[in-house]
Amino acid sequence: MSGHQHEEAGKTTSPYAARIRAIEALLFEKGVLTEPEVQDSISYMETRSPSNGAKLVARAWMDEGFEELLLSDAKAAALQLGIDPEHPAEFIVVKNTTGVHNLIVCTLCSCYPRAILGRPPDWYKSFEYRSRAVREPRAVMREFGFEPPEGVEVLVHDSTADVRYMVLPMRPPGTEDMGEDELAHLVTRDSLVGVNVPS
Amino acid sequence: MTFEPGDRVKVLLSEKPGHVRIPGYLKGKAGWIESLIGEFPNPEELAYGHSGLPVRPLYKVGFRQADLWDDYEGPAEDYLYADVYEHWLEPGEGGPT
Repeated sequence: MSGHQHEEAGKTTSPYAARIRAIEALLFEKGVLTEPEVQDSISYMETRSPSNGAKLVARAWMDEGFEELLLSDAKAAALQLGIDPEHPAEFIVVKNTTGVHNLIVCTLCSCYPRAILGRPPDWYKSFEYRSRAVREPRAVMREFGFEPPEGVEVLVHDSTADVRYMVLPMRPPGTEDMGEDELAHLVTRDSLVGVNVPS
Repeated sequence: MTFEPGDRVKVLLSEKPGHVRIPGYLKGKAGWIESLIGEFPNPEELAYGHSGLPVRPLYKVGFRQADLWDDYEGPAEDYLYADVYEHWLEPGEGGPT
């Protein structure tokens, strides 16, 4: 196939990639890291995805007791569904209600519940999102296609250090007959950050 | 523990340099203690290879958006919660919320 060349792994030319490769080589050379450790870490990240968050949410929608556990001890709730939440940071789930809509941001860096949801989307790490989510959360949500209904308070969570947050969205109306798997498919990554809601 | 849920607090205006864990827009702002999240090694020390010990209390601190931004678009009931270490807080005015 001509005209469509895939970059070979390790051959990317950006200065950032080159810098990372140089740092990695130094860490190997000094014995701080080993290649298997790096591979393990990549595999760990690749097994995490927003579908873990969706499973937690769908179970909470189906089972009140599970919802209680998710809101009081989110790591224990994750373990119950076979999701390994091991990470030094705390994991807290905040619940949307008919009166409050939650939005998550980390203005200082880009804290994100990676142990559960995997890598954050690029926009979550952008300066634009990080500065605007605290200052004009309603405008940011509008751009994602969501406008909280009249009378709903917007509550922004700025995680600065040791806590990772995830939103428990409200179950959409008209989903009463759906099973857990079907419900989980409604839960998007955006709705777990709070820039949108499941529909 | 210095603070209890409901206590009014103010974020220090300190210009402490380095890996500080307080967003600039909160400095000097008044809020309240929503809850104690837990106690953790101080990340501002961990960043430089120190132990971060003794552990420091980390609070969830609430702020009214209208108190943070002069031109905030949205109702007066919109809030922001931020995780703030105790060493960035001083007692605020006005008694418990």
